[in-house]
Amino acid sequence: MSDSAPADEWPLFEVFVRGKRGLNHVHVGSLHAPDEEMALHSARNLYTRRNEGVSIWVVRASAITASSPDEKDPFFAPSGDKVYRHPTFYPIPDDVPHI
Amino acid sequence: MTNTDNPYGGLAEDDAHAGDQWAFGTGFTAALAGVDTALPVGIDQDDLALYCQMLGDDALVAAQRLIQWSTAAPELEEEMALANIALDLLGQARLLLARAGQVDGSGRDEDAFAYLRDAREFRNVCLAETPNGDFAHAVVRLLVLSAWRLALFTRLADTADPVLAAVAAKGSKELAYHREYAVRWTLRLGDGTPESRDRMTAALDQVWPLTGELFATHPVEARLADQGAAVDPAGVRAEVGEVVARVLVAATLEVPPAVPVPEPTGRAGLHGPELAAMLHEMQSVARAHPEATW
Amino acid sequence: MAMEPAAVRDRPTGQELTADFDARIAAHQRIEPRDWMPEGYRSTLVRQIAQHAHSEIIGMQPEGDWLTRAPSLRRKAILLAKVQDEAGHGLYLYAAAETLGVDRADLTQRLIEGRQKYSSIFNYPTLTFADVGVIGWLVDGAAICNQVPLCRSSFGPYARAMVRVCKEESFHQRQGYELLLQMMAGTPAQRTMVQDAVDRWWWPSLMMFGPPDADSPNTRQSMAWGIKRDTNDELRQKFVDMSVPQAVALGVTLPDPDLAWNAERGHHDFGAVDWAEFKRVVSGGGQCNAERVSRRRAAHEEGAWVREAAAAYAAKHQGTGQGDDR
Repeated sequence: MSDSAPADEWPLFEVFVRGKRGLNHVHVGSLHAPDEEMALHSARNLYTRRNEGVSIWVVRASAITASSPDEKDPFFAPSGDKVYRHPTFYPIPDDVPHI
Repeated sequence: MTNTDNPYGGLAEDDAHAGDQWAFGTGFTAALAGVDTALPVGIDQDDLALYCQMLGDDALVAAQRLIQWSTAAPELEEEMALANIALDLLGQARLLLARAGQVDGSGRDEDAFAYLRDAREFRNVCLAETPNGDFAHAVVRLLVLSAWRLALFTRLADTADPVLAAVAAKGSKELAYHREYAVRWTLRLGDGTPESRDRMTAALDQVWPLTGELFATHPVEARLADQGAAVDPAGVRAEVGEVVARVLVAATLEVPPAVPVPEPTGRAGLHGPELAAMLHEMQSVARAHPEATW
Repeated sequence: MAMEPAAVRDRPTGQELTADFDARIAAHQRIEPRDWMPEGYRSTLVRQIAQHAHSEIIGMQPEGDWLTRAPSLRRKAILLAKVQDEAGHGLYLYAAAETLGVDRADLTQRLIEGRQKYSSIFNYPTLTFADVGVIGWLVDGAAICNQVPLCRSSFGPYARAMVRVCKEESFHQRQGYELLLQMMAGTPAQRTMVQDAVDRWWWPSLMMFGPPDADSPNTRQSMAWGIKRDTNDELRQKFVDMSVPQAVALGVTLPDPDLAWNAERGHHDFGAVDWAEFKRVVSGGGQCNAERVSRRRAAHEEGAWVREAAAAYAAKHQGTGQGDDR
């Protein structure tokens, strides 16, 4: 967790699931958890609905280093190697016409 | 919808069996597929039916309390977890209450037991029915109840009634998961912040006095246990006490002294007013439409 | 061959980036989080995905209100699994939004402060157990019409989340319809309950597709970006055409005297939606707006000490107890 995060905020974990034997682990999404152990169990609840026999990896999003094949990423330039998380909050227009 | 251009193709192949993992009617029947449903010879049927109600009511009432946590969990990930546990317990309750209706010869189904009995006829232990408190209370109650129920179910796996044995075998895996969940949270709340520690201590103060009843032997349990058809709860006291104490110590919490074992109360149908209130709500729709099917 | 240092390499110009982005959209390629994207694309997506996620989470409440009272244990289990799925859908979608550089905690804050919206449909109350079935049939049915095209959204993480959501959502619709079939085969009181619920939910369901195309200025840009695949009116028409035969099979009447098959158009004509009501509910005038948000706020705020405790424990025990599930 970054130093500035509020005390009740949990870090982001990326989740990888091996759906069945013979397949690679595949990135399926992310979740928030206080630590690795909790992340693993929440991943099981969320992404496999406790389907036995699958394998799950969780990794802190902040620990992932990504390639930048195109070098066309000025928006993310300051934190370009963190593929999954960009902690700066992007302002969202509050006025919402519909969903 | 095509799966050709998304990475879930591999996961999706399991969809044909997805039905088994959902809370649909068929999943529950499938849980007992191939199990001999004949009544065990030489076992008192009324006793066995009451015993199924006891274990079924524990699960049903505990599930109903967990369901009351829906949309109120401390984080969305915990919504998922609490719902899973409630679904497991609901599943156990359905199988056990349905079995009660087979065994006592009344032909009553699970819903007749759940919706048409009054509080006086419910046989759950009182710890299951006490109203919800904060998340610490939910965790402590789940820790005690799941450790206790797991100890019972482990021993029931070779009980005289094949249906009860099958329910216990399936349920043991679920309960081990529930206990693990409660352990993880006990550690984090006990050894977390001063506030969480205070709340855990307060929750223990609330829950602990009610733990004595878990080990009180009802005459039905005593008679069936003699015939190898039930577990005498007095016999699991040491194990459950040790498991819970070990967790509390690891969580840097003080282990309260063991409480005396009273006469059975909930098992005898003697409950606090909170159970009646809970059932009044739970049964309201079903009782308003006695002729209806859902 | 020596690599040229990155610093001296030419940065692409804004025009080049835009051209590249436009070419990718034109080629029906997916945009992924690392790709350059116009700010409008990003902010539109964040808003759309966040609202969608909020809708799933707030949407747990109207049906969740019947969890404790479901009239059979089977229905209780089905409903509980469904409400749980909605929490899961919310999580998938928040995860997709977070790839765009926002934090779930910030989005939650915006929701509970009323600064970000969710689908208005959830500001209507659930009055009887039949509402559970009708929400499954009509509300989830409308959601599916809206969502299936989003599985082809140009933004990869959103499209992938929608694949998962849609698979589970179609389950929910069948469950809801099955409950209604059962109730219609039951007592007169049950049939009355179903018709009453249909009367109350039909028009709000039509509103789920948003204002008419003429009043939906963002639609064209969203379609050009591949964020939206069909217009509001197209989807609404599709939903009406789907629902009419289902209503007939169920034996209920849809509360619209103008509803009629138009052979020339090959579609059903239907009456005018009360957009004044829509605006009123969207802007907070629905029966349950305040209650829905305040319940979400209470859960979040009352959970703060739990989240803090887990974070404090993790800080104390860093590097221990890591799972290895390979």
